[in-house]
Amino acid sequence: MGIKTFKGGIHPGYMKKLTKKSPIIKLEAGRQVVIPLQQHIGKICDPLVNKGDYVKVGQIIGDVDAYVSSPVHSSVSGTVVAVEPRLSNGGVEVNSVVIENDGEYIEDDTLNLKGNYEEMSREELIETIRKAGIVGMGGAGFPMHIKLDPKDRNIKYIILNGAECEPYLSSDHRTMMEHADEMIFGINVMMKILGARRAFIGVEDNKPDVIGLLLKKGLPYQIEVVPLETKYPQGSEKHLIKAITEIEVPHGKLPADVGVVVNNIDTCISLYNALVLGKPLYRRRVTVSGKAVKNPGVYDVPVGMSFREVFEAAGGFTKDPKKIIMGGPMMGAAQISLDVPIVKTTSGILAFTEKEGRVYKESPCLKCGKCVDVCPMNLMPYVISKAARNDDIEKAARYHASDCIECGSCSYTCPSHRYLVEGIRLAKTKVTALEKSQKR
Amino acid sequence: MNEKFQVTSSPHIHNDFTVRSIMLDVVIALIPAGLAGIFYFGIHSLWVILASVISCVVFETIWNILLHKKNTVGDLSAVVTGLLLAYNMPPTIPVWMVIIGALFAIIIVKQFFGGLGQNFINPALGARAFMLASWAGAMTTWVSPSLFGSDAMSSATPLSLLKAGGEALQNMPGVQKLFMGDVGGCIGETSACLLIIGGIYLAMRGVIKLRIPVSFILTVSVCAFLFAGGSTLAERLQFMRWHTFAGGLFLGAIFMATDYTTSPTTPKGELIMGIGCGLLTSLIRLKGGYPEGVTYAILIMNIFTPLIDRYTVPKPFGSKSGKEKLEKKLMNFIAKKQEKKEAAN
Repeated sequence: MGIKTFKGGIHPGYMKKLTKKSPIIKLEAGRQVVIPLQQHIGKICDPLVNKGDYVKVGQIIGDVDAYVSSPVHSSVSGTVVAVEPRLSNGGVEVNSVVIENDGEYIEDDTLNLKGNYEEMSREELIETIRKAGIVGMGGAGFPMHIKLDPKDRNIKYIILNGAECEPYLSSDHRTMMEHADEMIFGINVMMKILGARRAFIGVEDNKPDVIGLLLKKGLPYQIEVVPLETKYPQGSEKHLIKAITEIEVPHGKLPADVGVVVNNIDTCISLYNALVLGKPLYRRRVTVSGKAVKNPGVYDVPVGMSFREVFEAAGGFTKDPKKIIMGGPMMGAAQISLDVPIVKTTSGILAFTEKEGRVYKESPCLKCGKCVDVCPMNLMPYVISKAARNDDIEKAARYHASDCIECGSCSYTCPSHRYLVEGIRLAKTKVTALEKSQKR
Repeated sequence: MNEKFQVTSSPHIHNDFTVRSIMLDVVIALIPAGLAGIFYFGIHSLWVILASVISCVVFETIWNILLHKKNTVGDLSAVVTGLLLAYNMPPTIPVWMVIIGALFAIIIVKQFFGGLGQNFINPALGARAFMLASWAGAMTTWVSPSLFGSDAMSSATPLSLLKAGGEALQNMPGVQKLFMGDVGGCIGETSACLLIIGGIYLAMRGVIKLRIPVSFILTVSVCAFLFAGGSTLAERLQFMRWHTFAGGLFLGAIFMATDYTTSPTTPKGELIMGIGCGLLTSLIRLKGGYPEGVTYAILIMNIFTPLIDRYTVPKPFGSKSGKEKLEKKLMNFIAKKQEKKEAAN
């Protein structure tokens, strides 16, 4: 059993011991929940409820008739007090449904998600998954019913992304430890829908307890645990595929084009929640960590609960947080306020002390080439970033700016603290604009 | 509670490397070889080292004051330049010459081109080349090592013996002496052993990568084995050992060819840099007028660095492999032929 990996990458301080041992704690929503009508990639949902309506737990409160979209459900029962734009964790206001929680948790029974997947047809399963509002919970939020319907592509392998390469985060780790059976159920459902022959669970070798547990469990022969080297960004879709199957997803292609589908652990469990428990996706497991938090850990949180309430439930702050991040510290987004809701794609929320989230001043590029060495996409970050900042978009395009996955390894490793990822993001936007204008 | 949060773009964490920490590592790695220089060539070497480092720092400060810039000496890059310049001086060099060399290195080579990260050749080596041209005599006067320079006598360096060839080879010091640095030469270049220790430290700290130094040294060794002379295998091996351990090869390969700013950043480019430096060094040593070629080899490759970087851009992850490209070309070729045939018909 060799340890697999990819070329490039970095070894940041993982900080996982803050959270990796603590059992998942279930939280209940506070007085109010704010549920954004867009928690996925694709078209924003139209609200299906009005101010004053009474909603139940799991009731669909937003949906839209578009191919790339996913419905949104209520996580509490109570009265809708507003349908209005509210600040969300992207830093912009998103049309949201605000519900006053009555604490009764009366469940909606109109969805009928439950079913025996072995007897259900592919179409029935995909329809159920759409109804349950299941999206990729790793961060991108790609609607699951589209991912599981790859049209004429022939899917051979399913990969479950248990790498959790982002520092601080432990939600996948804890979920795999505590909900392994549900996870395996979810894999079986996906294998049936996609007609895949094999499934791999990729786990970084800093989680030996998970690897041991899954091996001891005796997985079905078509499901295999693959230990991976602990290295960031091991959980990047393309690099995970490369590490496990040796297949390099070609530039501009999807994993499905090479016969692979990669899924998040929590997403897999929501299949179980829908088909066995009849619950749509309105809760998720969130890592709450950072040195400013009193009780870091993994929490099972209803969608729509605010960051503030979750941090309070985690014992509040020991020091004034200087930075609030949704997601991991490498790719997560810094927040301007604590009053933003947990959404389907919130894998973690971090409160950093001043020291942890230290912001450095840029100094001149030494051309040391460290960014070139660590780039998992084999790019030359310092060249692209400089070209973009000098407005030389053609040069940035020539150096494959659009291939960047924004993993942040280059900025992390730069001794001059250059803002490389920012520069490359700028390049990507401008390159896309340039390509569009040329097509016209 | 203060609820004003800092908002920046990801990533939100950073490793411990800074320009200053890297330069400090280089300084640490250079110290043993410098101590050996003082040990072998006497206290004057210490004055040369101090004069060089201090004047580099002072000139950079003056420059920054004159240009109303923030003083940059805190990044320690001027200290490294000063050390490297001193290590490339013969032990008998007058201190005033070193100061002028430092002026050339910092002001002309480094600051005139934009300061840290912008110079196109290695400042210390640029200054050494300038000094070789200005004071050829003083720059090529060598003494034999003696404990703390107590009875320094002028002598030839191993490389000039090699250049002279013939009977001069009788006076070549043993390989062990060459390796330890107990031979004539520049202050910091003679002890291959201590330079290697410094190099290992830098590699372990992740400051330098081994591609350039290893390919540089191996190329010189192989060239010496093949072209330096000798008829029997034993003689050839002897020439190989001499050329490898004599002169400034280890100082150049480990500490100067790896200079970030003036060496390529791509993996392939680094190999080209190392091999190119090795070939040029051997060419100068074996066929040129100078006994030593490391300085000019590195300077020439420095100038090629932007070009090397441009032509060795790595293939991005997921780009088509060479084989697929070839197949596509072949298909296009066949399709074109077919078209021509049809057109002819």
